[in-house]
Amino acid sequence: MVTLPFYIASAVAIAATFMVITRLNAVHALLYLVVSLLAVALIFLLLGAPFAAALEVVIYAGAIMVLFVFVVMMLSMGPHGASEKWEKPGISAWIGPGILFAVLLAELLYVFGRTPYVPVHVAEVTPRQVGARLLGPYLLGVELVSMLLLVGLTGAFHLAYHLGKRETQKGAGGSR
Amino acid sequence: MNSQIPLEHGMALAAVLLLLGLVGVLVRRDAVFILLSLEIMLNAAGLAFIAAGARWAQADGQVMFLFILAVAAAEVSIGLALVLWLYHWHKTVDIDRARSLRG
Repeated sequence: MVTLPFYIASAVAIAATFMVITRLNAVHALLYLVVSLLAVALIFLLLGAPFAAALEVVIYAGAIMVLFVFVVMMLSMGPHGASEKWEKPGISAWIGPGILFAVLLAELLYVFGRTPYVPVHVAEVTPRQVGARLLGPYLLGVELVSMLLLVGLTGAFHLAYHLGKRETQKGAGGSR
Repeated sequence: MNSQIPLEHGMALAAVLLLLGLVGVLVRRDAVFILLSLEIMLNAAGLAFIAAGARWAQADGQVMFLFILAVAAAEVSIGLALVLWLYHWHKTVDIDRARSLRG
């Protein structure tokens, strides 16, 4: 009986994600997002994807969240974050996208409602299969991702390098 | 590990998470929160791929999740560097204050 943990983890993920987008304090939102990512990792495990679950914990809940924590610490936004105001969107700006979105949602619900639920046996997909697939037919994709990561690294370095130079100049000028 | 989770329920969870992320992008004006919401949306897309991969017991879903993971990592590194620039120029991370190019 693995279905019950799936629904519990789904409820936890949705609740934690809702808390993320409603918090005013960035650190609280980050903590809730870590909870949400861990719940999604549990769901990956239940869906027979242990490799993806491990990566979710290590990279999403680990590395990316640490990046966010560092930036929040560098910004020193105070206890209530930078924006205490909520955007009050005019209702007129939401009508057009809202109608189009409602049409798509109705279509989605219609399709889901028509097809009968097929209870499937979820089989585990092992890391060995994933690796064979990744370095076989998807080798070009791996190369493209490596290019993307290189571009990301170069871009982040470029931005941070000039920012650091400006800050040190400003700091030196201010001390004189 | 066998389970009887219908594909539709996994997809519905992914849709709800994606919607929550979209609402976050639309409602919040804080650049850090917008990046967080983008992470939520990318994660939901990855969940959809994993659920579909589990339905047909193929490894392709997890391969796509790996690609999404790499895209998320690259996006967040560039995005956070831009947030630091925004803070440097405007002393705030409220993106409504950044209306013009070149500061």
